[in-house]
Amino acid sequence: MELIVDISSALCLLLGSFLCLSGGVGIMRLPDFYTRMHAVGVTDTLGAGLILIGLMLQNPEGLVEIKLLLILVMTLFISPVASHALAKAALRNHLVPLSDRNENNGGTESSKP
Amino acid sequence: MLIAATIAILVVMILGIIRGITGPTLYDRILAVNMFGTKTVLLISLLGFVMGRPDFLDIAIVYALINFISIIGVLHFSDSAVFRHDPHDSESTTKES
Amino acid sequence: MRDLFAVVMLSGIFGLLSASFFVAMDAVDVAFTEASVGAGIASLLMLTAVTLTGRSEDSERHRPMWALVVVFITGGLLIYGTLDMPYFGSADAPIHLHVAPRYINDSMQETGLPNIVTSVLASYRGFDTFGEVVVIFTAGIGVLALLRVGRRSGIHRVMADSIFYLMHEQHLILRITTKILIPFILLFALYVQFHGDFGPGGGFQAGVIFAAAIILYAMVFGLPTARRVVNRTFVRLLSAAGVLLYGGVGVVTMLNGGNFLDYNVLAGDPVAGQHLGILLIELGVGCTVAAVMVIIFFNFSGRRDNL
Repeated sequence: MELIVDISSALCLLLGSFLCLSGGVGIMRLPDFYTRMHAVGVTDTLGAGLILIGLMLQNPEGLVEIKLLLILVMTLFISPVASHALAKAALRNHLVPLSDRNENNGGTESSKP
Repeated sequence: MLIAATIAILVVMILGIIRGITGPTLYDRILAVNMFGTKTVLLISLLGFVMGRPDFLDIAIVYALINFISIIGVLHFSDSAVFRHDPHDSESTTKES
Repeated sequence: MRDLFAVVMLSGIFGLLSASFFVAMDAVDVAFTEASVGAGIASLLMLTAVTLTGRSEDSERHRPMWALVVVFITGGLLIYGTLDMPYFGSADAPIHLHVAPRYINDSMQETGLPNIVTSVLASYRGFDTFGEVVVIFTAGIGVLALLRVGRRSGIHRVMADSIFYLMHEQHLILRITTKILIPFILLFALYVQFHGDFGPGGGFQAGVIFAAAIILYAMVFGLPTARRVVNRTFVRLLSAAGVLLYGGVGVVTMLNGGNFLDYNVLAGDPVAGQHLGILLIELGVGCTVAAVMVIIFFNFSGRRDNL
């Protein structure tokens, strides 16, 4: 039983770190703001959740567990809402997405990565 | 495994800092700060486990809350008139297109 | 970098980074303070200030050569002064020989608190903390004296209300999430306030978190609504009441025959007296900090909106 818990905890941590890393690569490499936000917003929630679950499996103590659960619930609330608000503010302040920009230019700049 | 996860988070934080410094538009910077905040929460929880002091989780909770509040604050103030008609912003958007 | 908004963003990142650094150095209370003050409230207040002044930095009109010379001379003198000091972290520095062992060995018996930082902050160095609280209170008074806005006319109020209504009608998701989160933030602030004796935390951090919840409410639901919820006169009274509570504890200890802020005489048992005194002054600190932060935000923000 102990072994199963340890292995699943390690798996969660590994998967969470991988997701966070892919989000980090996304924020560096992707071409415009909205695509970057998509990379970060998605991986942030899932990666953070997986890492926190992995930590919860590491330490089955009462108070620590409750605090980790609190952080998990708050992350699940906060991260998507922040991404939503950010995208909305960017759209309202006339930051045009890359795909729209290319269409408006008649495809002349569509060779841009 | 805890150490590996900590190192991964540190690498992501470095990438976030780079985006925060170079970020062409204002929103890229806000995004970088937001991601940095989430990663700090994770880093502090992981460090608490690595060093065997789960008191650190209190700080992680504060971070999660403060991060949300400051992101909302940034968005609230970036809606105001001073920011919307700023020459810098349009300049940077055209530069990027 | 001339875009002040970007500078504020980077300073937020700096706050987060330095707090992780403090955590790695095992200084939990400092990290807590940095988390709530440096990364949270400070960048919010700087943002409000930036919206008042404009977003880009002015070009320099003068060349501050003389100032640079003065700074270099002063810095050189200061570095010259540090040459006499003991090396960083050396074991025979005076602070490691006299003060620190006393705190570490005796504070548990003398104050009965497991968190040494709180007992040093509130009991051994009570005078310093009193000074800090007075400084914060003075900052609040300064903001009130410089930026207080007069009563606005009725038509202006209606216009502003409708603008806020339009602006905040759009953020449905934000409003609902904020409504869910605010009770938890307030509860957590109270936990930090009263758990500070046992774990990381205390009056400063709790006050800032409490104020952050109110500021969040004001940002999402609009300043007029927040002013209806949080009465301005009450906040001003609260900021003074915190300082008075702190000073009052000191006066009571003097009346009971001890020195100023000598909590041993507050109750029959010295340890119980210490506990009571620390609890009361932390409460005073929390009240003042929360009230002053709310005052500063309301005045900055109200001035920007011309309300």
